[in-house]
Amino acid sequence: MPVNFLPTNVDYARFLPELILTLAGTLIMFLEALRPEGKKSHAGLFAIVALVMALPAALLATPGPAFQGMLVIDGMATFFRTLVIVVGLLVVFSSTDYLRREKQDTGEYYALVLFSIVGQCVMVTANELVMIFIGLEISSIASYILAGYLRDDARNNEAALKYFLLGSFATAFLLYGVAWMYGATGSTNLTEIRRSLISGAAPPEALIGVAAALIFVGLAFKISAAPFQGWAPDVYQGAPAPVSAFLTVGPKAAAFAVLLRIFMGSLEPIASRWAPAIWVCALATMVVGNFAAIMQSNIKRLLAYSSIAHAGYVLVAVAANSGTGSAAAMFYLAAYAFTNIGAFAVVTYFSRKGERYVGIDDFAGLAQRQPGMAAMLTIFLLSLIGVPLTGGFFGKFYIFKAALDAKLVWLTVIGLLNSAVAAYYYLRILVVMYMREPGESVEKLPPAGALLQIAVYGSAAGTLLLGIFPSLVLDFANRAALR
Amino acid sequence: MPLGPLPAAVPPSWYLTLSAILFALGVLGFLLRRNIITVFMSIELMLNAVNLSFVTFSYVLKRVDGHIFSFFVMVVAAAEAAVGLAIILTVFKNRQTLEIDEVSTLKN
Repeated sequence: MPVNFLPTNVDYARFLPELILTLAGTLIMFLEALRPEGKKSHAGLFAIVALVMALPAALLATPGPAFQGMLVIDGMATFFRTLVIVVGLLVVFSSTDYLRREKQDTGEYYALVLFSIVGQCVMVTANELVMIFIGLEISSIASYILAGYLRDDARNNEAALKYFLLGSFATAFLLYGVAWMYGATGSTNLTEIRRSLISGAAPPEALIGVAAALIFVGLAFKISAAPFQGWAPDVYQGAPAPVSAFLTVGPKAAAFAVLLRIFMGSLEPIASRWAPAIWVCALATMVVGNFAAIMQSNIKRLLAYSSIAHAGYVLVAVAANSGTGSAAAMFYLAAYAFTNIGAFAVVTYFSRKGERYVGIDDFAGLAQRQPGMAAMLTIFLLSLIGVPLTGGFFGKFYIFKAALDAKLVWLTVIGLLNSAVAAYYYLRILVVMYMREPGESVEKLPPAGALLQIAVYGSAAGTLLLGIFPSLVLDFANRAALR
Repeated sequence: MPLGPLPAAVPPSWYLTLSAILFALGVLGFLLRRNIITVFMSIELMLNAVNLSFVTFSYVLKRVDGHIFSFFVMVVAAAEAAVGLAIILTVFKNRQTLEIDEVSTLKN
C-alpha cells in the first residue's frame, strides 16, 4: 500500500495556530537582531497580534487527525490550545511593564513565550508519545530561559538552574517510560497502545506497569505533584514574577492534558492499577502544598506552595477517572489560570524594581492607597480559597462532585479539610492588606501601567465570569471530556 | 561477497539490562554528585541509556521507528545542552562557583 507522507492542506489547517506562533516568534528574533541600539522594541505588540490571530485558528480548527495521526484535534485539544493561548495573551500583557521596569525590554522574551506556547499546543494535540516528548521539550527549553531571563539577577540564575536540572531529569524519566511502552506494545501511538491493551494478546502487565510508572514520574515532576514538588517553590520564587505566573499555569495545564490523555485515554483499560497511585499522590500533594504554604512570609513562595496544593485538587479529579472528572479537571485548570495569572500580575505591579517588596507584610495598607488593585487581589485570593461567585468555587465544586460520584469519599473529605486550611493563609494576606496601616512599601506606589491593568482586570473578569456563568466553559469541557 | 546477518551473539535482553544500569547510574549521579557540570552529564547519560533501549526494542520488533526516535532524542538533547550550558555559565559568572550546594539562596 503506497502511503503518501506529504502533509496535506488539511494537516496544515489543523496545525495553523502553531504555525502562526512559530512564524511570529522567528520573525521577532530576526527583527530583534536588526533593531538599532537604543530603539524601542515592538515585539510585545507583535506577540499580542500573533496570539490574537492564533486564537480563532485554534477555536475553529476542524476536528480530526493530522500528520498521519501524529496529532489529533479533538475537543480536549481545542480546549487546552485555546486555554494556553489565552494564558499567553495575559502573560504578555503583564510582562511589558515589568520588563521596562527592569531595563530588559528585549524582544526575545516574547519570542520565547510564543515558542513555549507552541510546545504546549503540540503537547495537548499530540496523540503519540514521542510527539508529546518533543512538545514538552519545546515548551520546557523556552521556559528554562524565561525563568532566568534577568541574567544578572542571582535569584533568576538559581531558579533557571534548578528548573533546568530538575526539568531535564524528569524528562529523562518520561522518555525512559516511552521507550518501555514502545517495547511492550510495539507502538508509541496512544490509540494503538489502548488497542493493544484490550486485545487478546495484551502485553505483560509488569512491563506496562513499569512504563506507566516512569511516564507518571516524569509528568508528576512537571505538574509539581508530591513527592516530586521540591523544585517548584524555589523556581516560582526566583523567576521573574510574570514568568512565575506563566510557569504555574501554562506548562502545568499542558502537562495535565497529557496526563489525562495518557492515563484516562490510552491506559484506561488498566485503570484499577494506576488509580490508587494517583489517589495517594493527590492526597500527598494537597497536604504538602497547603501545610507548607501556611509558614511562608514571601508572597511568591506562598503562591508557589498554593500552586502545588491546587495541582493536588486537579489530581483528585484525575483519580476519579470519569468523564465528569476529566471535565472538572479542565474547568479547574481554566479557572486557576485566570486566578493565578491575576494574582501574580498584582504581585508584579506591587513588587517594584528588583522585586523588593514581596513579603506579605509589605502589602500592609494596600487597600488604602490602591483600592482598585487591592480589590482585584481580593477577588483572586477568594477564588483561590473557593468562595462562591468566583471560578475557584465551581472548580472545587465540580472536582469534589466528580470524586464523590466515583466513590472517593475519603479523598473528598481530606480535600475539603485542606481547602479550609488553605483559607487561613489566603485570608492572612487580606487582613494585612485591609486592616494594617500602610508602610513605606505602599506609600510611594506609582499607579499601574495600562497593559498591566489590562492583564489584572482581564484575569479578574475571567475569574468572575467562570464563577457567575460556569456553564460557558463547563459545557465546552463536558463536550470535550474524554469518554 | 554479500554479508549475511550477523550472528546474534549478544541477546537483546543484555542490551536492555545495560541500558537500565546506565539509566540507574545516571539517576545516582544526579542525586549524589555535587558539581553542576557532572550533574548535567548524568542527565545526558540517562538520555543515552534511553536511546540504547529505543534501538534495542526497534531491533527486536523489526521496526525502524525506534531508530528514528533515538535521533529525535539526540537532537533534543543537543538543544537542551546548549540552553543548559548557557544557564550554568550565567550562574558561574554571578557566583564564581559550580558547587550545587552553594547555589541555594532561595529557601523557606
